[in-house]
Amino acid sequence: MRIAVLSGKGGTGKTLVSVNLAAAAKAAFYIDCDVEEPNGHLFFKPENVREKEVTVAIPVVDEHQCNGCRRCVDFCRFNALAFVGGKVSVFEDICHSCGGCALVCPVNAISEKQRVVGMVRRGESGGVGVLGGIMNPGEASGMPLIKQLMRDSFASPGYLTFIDCPPGSGCLVMESIRDADYCVMVAEPTTFGASNLQSVYELVKLFGFPHGVVLNKCLDGENPSEQFCLDNGIEILGKIPFDKILGKITSEGQIAVRESEAYARLFGALLQTIIRDVRHETTVNPQRKRRYG
Amino acid sequence: MKQLLILSGKGGTGKTTVAAAFIRLSNAKAYADCDVDAPNLHLLMNRSGKAERSDYFGMPKAAVDAEKCVACGLCMQSCRFEAIEAGDVYRIDRFACEGCGVCALVCPAQAITMEPAKSGDLMLFRGDTVFSTAQLQMGSGNSGKLVSEVKKRLFSAAPGAPLAVLDGSPGIGCPVIASVSGTDMVLIVAEPSVSGISDMERILKTVRIFGTKAAVCVNKYDTNPAMTERIESFCIQNGLPFTGKIPFDPEAVTAVNRSLTIADIDCAAGRAVKAVYAKTMAILFEESGAAV
Amino acid sequence: MKIALPVNNKSDDTDICVSFGRTPYLMIYDTQTKQSHFFDNAAADSPGGAGIKTAQFVADQGVEAVLTPRCGENSAQVLKAAGVKLYKTTGDSAAGEIEKFAAGGLAELNDIHPGFHGHGGR
Repeated sequence: MRIAVLSGKGGTGKTLVSVNLAAAAKAAFYIDCDVEEPNGHLFFKPENVREKEVTVAIPVVDEHQCNGCRRCVDFCRFNALAFVGGKVSVFEDICHSCGGCALVCPVNAISEKQRVVGMVRRGESGGVGVLGGIMNPGEASGMPLIKQLMRDSFASPGYLTFIDCPPGSGCLVMESIRDADYCVMVAEPTTFGASNLQSVYELVKLFGFPHGVVLNKCLDGENPSEQFCLDNGIEILGKIPFDKILGKITSEGQIAVRESEAYARLFGALLQTIIRDVRHETTVNPQRKRRYG
Repeated sequence: MKQLLILSGKGGTGKTTVAAAFIRLSNAKAYADCDVDAPNLHLLMNRSGKAERSDYFGMPKAAVDAEKCVACGLCMQSCRFEAIEAGDVYRIDRFACEGCGVCALVCPAQAITMEPAKSGDLMLFRGDTVFSTAQLQMGSGNSGKLVSEVKKRLFSAAPGAPLAVLDGSPGIGCPVIASVSGTDMVLIVAEPSVSGISDMERILKTVRIFGTKAAVCVNKYDTNPAMTERIESFCIQNGLPFTGKIPFDPEAVTAVNRSLTIADIDCAAGRAVKAVYAKTMAILFEESGAAV
Repeated sequence: MKIALPVNNKSDDTDICVSFGRTPYLMIYDTQTKQSHFFDNAAADSPGGAGIKTAQFVADQGVEAVLTPRCGENSAQVLKAAGVKLYKTTGDSAAGEIEKFAAGGLAELNDIHPGFHGHGGR
């Protein structure tokens, strides 16, 4: 059962919710797909950490074979190749690893090497398997890392898995939610929150995922995100009040469920609501075709 | 023109809140929202009147001509992005397609062409002040090029403006790098939490590559005074100017929900942001030589 | 010799573009014939690798020197491999900078800035 936690904007509480749901479930997987600014490991502080480099394929041109025809340079839509000083230069951080240059080379002068773009790490914390990726600063795209995480996450199917998505609704988010069974959208009670909830809701609807909303940082007074849910018939799975204590626990890098009885109960109840919803959906809808699993 | 960029690394720290207050306090004639994935600045700037809209095109994407496709599957085998689905006629997943052109190259029936693909909308508001913003379509690659377009439009519409305030995007990737380019100073809004500090350090690493002037301020500082002190010490140790701290203020939420900046109402956050503004501007306008 | 400048307009009185890689047009000036030719910069529209493509074009034109206010590391790498020298412009007018260059008044451009990786992907 794979549950993706997303929001249209950063700082709404995706990590708070996904980390605490995983901790409440006790035996679960937590996957941190925010490879640009990963935070989940700061809360779980996993042990027995195993790291693996993530690489992408980069072309290597054999100067002796190369006949200077420049078909590779002309083919590359990313402008990652140049022909100057009598040879081909490869701009590794621009290359998208499509393999096209090797295909067009008429003299087979192009082979491939692997280049490291980041790491994935796996560890444990109190019954929760923690999987996360971290992109090297300066790299343009987190996609290779997320794809690796998605492949690795199927190593233990059948476990309750929480996917902490990157913020926004761009291609990184799309890749993180691709094989989800259910989407939990987290929203703040401000006009910013409602506006960004709308964007991520469009994404979730596009894929047709069953979904619900968790309203975070709830204060008294109007809640534009709640209103958005009511106006659009979106199920509100739960509300987390704005609470200085919760804020302090979280800012210290602690997991609320493990520090506070009250929050263990709140997230426990939220977890039950979500599981009930997911089970209902799996009986009602046919098995979704998976990309990675 | 002096350009000030507000960044944070982590989302939700208050970049837009601070940027909007700075725009109000400086009466800036030119400002832009570089967070093209989740733009929010327009919600506080209350621009009436229509924006000049333009389509933004990212990489062209592959398209299969159903009449010509012979369903050999060679395209799917060659695609490294898992962007092609098998069928009686093969189909391209426009979200996964990166526009490399390999499928078009290998197709024995010449059934695949690369077509322009719109991936966002650019909007420019003109008037006494110029506001440039954009919205990336969902599922799109968050590209630096769209951010560069937003800035380019701002500068051509307001060439004489003495100050441009740019609301940056979260993260450390492409769009952030594109926003930093050409700016005179970056103000990092940090959150006093373990996550916030970690993200602040990562964004600083990215910004340092450019050698641009950088300063740090803390938002919602009273949610964790000890963490705030850690940030202040970090700044001192690293020779970074610390331009102040803003308390958590429920009035800020009220202001946002009424489409006002915290500098528009009388509140603790508003008073504090004025001090941060003064210190930041002093650094931005000081004649200290080249930034590089 | 041929020299290249990134420019904002296709005319002799044009000003210089602040960006090399994404300049809308390139002015190629022949110091012997004193003729200038203007080219559209196809690279300006690329989501990524614009500097590389622009530099490739300039190198292919047989240019020996580029006069520009700034240059990114990718463009610089291509130009250097092609043996093209970089000079830092100090004013806005293309014609003015060409004169300064001819009189030996322009310094070599040494502060190369990092690339912007703005290649988009999708």
